[in-house]
Amino acid sequence: MNRSSHQNTYQFLRYILIFLILGVLVVYLGSRKNFGPLQYAQLSLDGLRGGAIYALIAMGFVIVFNVTGIINFAQGAFVTLGAMFTVTFYNLNSPLPKGLHLLLSVIAAILVTTCIGVLVERLTIHPARKSSSLTLIIITVGVFITIQGLSLLAWGAEAHVFPSFTTLEMSDRVYRWLGIVIKAQSFWIWGTMLLVLVCIAYFFNFTLLGRAMRACAVNRLGARLVGISPGRMSLASFGIAAAVGAIGGIVVAPIVRPSYDMGLSLGLKGFVAAIMGGLVSTPGAVLGGLLLGFLENVAAGVTKAGLKDIFAFILLILTLLFRPQGLLGVRKTAIETDGAH
Amino acid sequence: MSVESGLNSKRNAIGWLVMAVVIALLGWVETVQPMGVDFADLTNGIVTMDTMVRVAILTIVLVGLNLLMGYAGQVSLGHAALYGLGAYATSILCVRSGDLLGVPAWVLSSWWWPWLVMIIGMAFAGALAYLVGRPILRLQGHYLAMATLGLGIMIYILFRENLGFQGQHITGTFDGIPGIPRLRVGNFEIWPISRYYFFAWIAALGAIAFGLNVINSRTGRALRAIHDSEVAAQAMGVDVASYKVRIFAVSAILASAAGSIYAHFQTTVSPAPFSFVGSLELVVMAAVGGLSSIWGAPFGVAVILIIKEILRSRLRVVFSGASGEHEVIFYGILLVLIMIFMPEGVTVGAVRRWRLWQRRKREQALSPAQPQAGVRT
Repeated sequence: MNRSSHQNTYQFLRYILIFLILGVLVVYLGSRKNFGPLQYAQLSLDGLRGGAIYALIAMGFVIVFNVTGIINFAQGAFVTLGAMFTVTFYNLNSPLPKGLHLLLSVIAAILVTTCIGVLVERLTIHPARKSSSLTLIIITVGVFITIQGLSLLAWGAEAHVFPSFTTLEMSDRVYRWLGIVIKAQSFWIWGTMLLVLVCIAYFFNFTLLGRAMRACAVNRLGARLVGISPGRMSLASFGIAAAVGAIGGIVVAPIVRPSYDMGLSLGLKGFVAAIMGGLVSTPGAVLGGLLLGFLENVAAGVTKAGLKDIFAFILLILTLLFRPQGLLGVRKTAIETDGAH
Repeated sequence: MSVESGLNSKRNAIGWLVMAVVIALLGWVETVQPMGVDFADLTNGIVTMDTMVRVAILTIVLVGLNLLMGYAGQVSLGHAALYGLGAYATSILCVRSGDLLGVPAWVLSSWWWPWLVMIIGMAFAGALAYLVGRPILRLQGHYLAMATLGLGIMIYILFRENLGFQGQHITGTFDGIPGIPRLRVGNFEIWPISRYYFFAWIAALGAIAFGLNVINSRTGRALRAIHDSEVAAQAMGVDVASYKVRIFAVSAILASAAGSIYAHFQTTVSPAPFSFVGSLELVVMAAVGGLSSIWGAPFGVAVILIIKEILRSRLRVVFSGASGEHEVIFYGILLVLIMIFMPEGVTVGAVRRWRLWQRRKREQALSPAQPQAGVRT
């Protein structure tokens, strides 16, 4: 026991060391571009904004993985659906004031996406629930491509526009402070992320359904013995994950110009964030998301914008190589839970 | 059930020979054109020689992927990038290495240089797979899927982003690298397409024979044991992680070889086929063909590529406004259905159902009074 915790500390230090080396490299590259603290602050803030989105999506991965042991690659599709349905509903004509109309479209989009998430579980995961987890993972990959293809059919290949939440116009309000520029939408994103985090924490700790789902995550057979249906919990987990994914897609929509394929890269990044958080812990996923967003944006800033995605996947490989249990993972690891089902 | 002995088993040898003869016959039709009928006429223009060469090339990739998915029980979500490594190794070293690395012109123009490059590419892909796979395959669970996913996207971005090196760009952008020479042996050029068809299929049949023999070797027996029960295999002294790493490296080497053959076939290499979607397509092919069946490889590739050709030419008629990109819907649904109903893949699943049905029929004939009695599932 002592030895393993010792090893754990050593591993963690090694992981930190790698980040330090990368940090030095970043500062060196930044100095070649004459970056001052202002540029770094700006890059970090923008990175944390993206990171909050990754955190939201990562929470969806964690919820499904905890309850079912499946890595749900269809999570990215829920992100696309959330954003695109909101665009569709918002473009409908209505006599309501603009703000209320937007709010209603957002709620409707979240509801529709949740229903789709539930449907996906019933149609694809439930019939194959006795298969190996490899099979189930491939099924979610199939679901992802299907939804992405259908989105292309429904909404076309072009990027859509979406108003920002504060002004309800295409141009967002911008705050300037000591030379740093922050869009008002950033605050919406951070606020939403915190709200969702609190809601999820409340749900899993203080509601009956949430606690039943946790029981299912800890020991599926035991949960069954006390009368919890794992099938129903799996259904609920997909519904919640779809809702959380949709929320992520909706709050990011004013910044990225939503299109049918936005879910691919956002979903993969959310997945990287979930892995960095250890795949079983919601706070870990949030930490992983924020760290990922911050690191990739700073790294892309000092090198080349087109390389932004590469850093996320370098982080993924580094995490898998040096800290597969995730940033916070000490107790239970994703490795152990995977074998349990 | 999934026991496949090597080429020295009678059934596999006959299957291999039949396949070789069919391939040779089709090639003969294209080369000689008896009575003015060429290969495309046989299939009413839907399947061309071009498609057949692609089937051969992807068969090589799929043999490796089937070994990995079916026997090591790991999925690679970045295999298209490993395939791309071979293609880009060939294109960079055959076209650009004069400027980039100062390889003398007489080497570049010699016939053996592309072959050497192919081996270099294979060695590189194998080494990369080994280095990435070794720490990750020690973990239980599907960590390789995640790592290969990351690796695949990273490699794809490197292809696309056209990084500079000593003032020269390495990979080209979305347009890729044109002007890759055809393969030659001495002065014998492996082109027109009918010659390349034979070359690609010889390589593919070689890969199939190799795959069958791997399964029949000591490694293969260990892998089959891992496939049946990892814990039992470990208890019998099989080093599970080491065998998984080896098979991952082998599959990367096969993918890279196929990539080189692809590059010499296309003469232009662009990043598009090596993206994440490309990797998904390979997984769909493996699922169609059968995860633990080497024979499933050419079958899966052929089915998907032919369906793709048909969809490309006919989809517009069925849905107005549908373009080639919509074929992914079909892949997705197909993949989900196969995984739900035949998780071992279509070929293996169909064979298994057939045997079960026959046994059921036999047992019903033996005990007509109790038709359900003998059903074992």
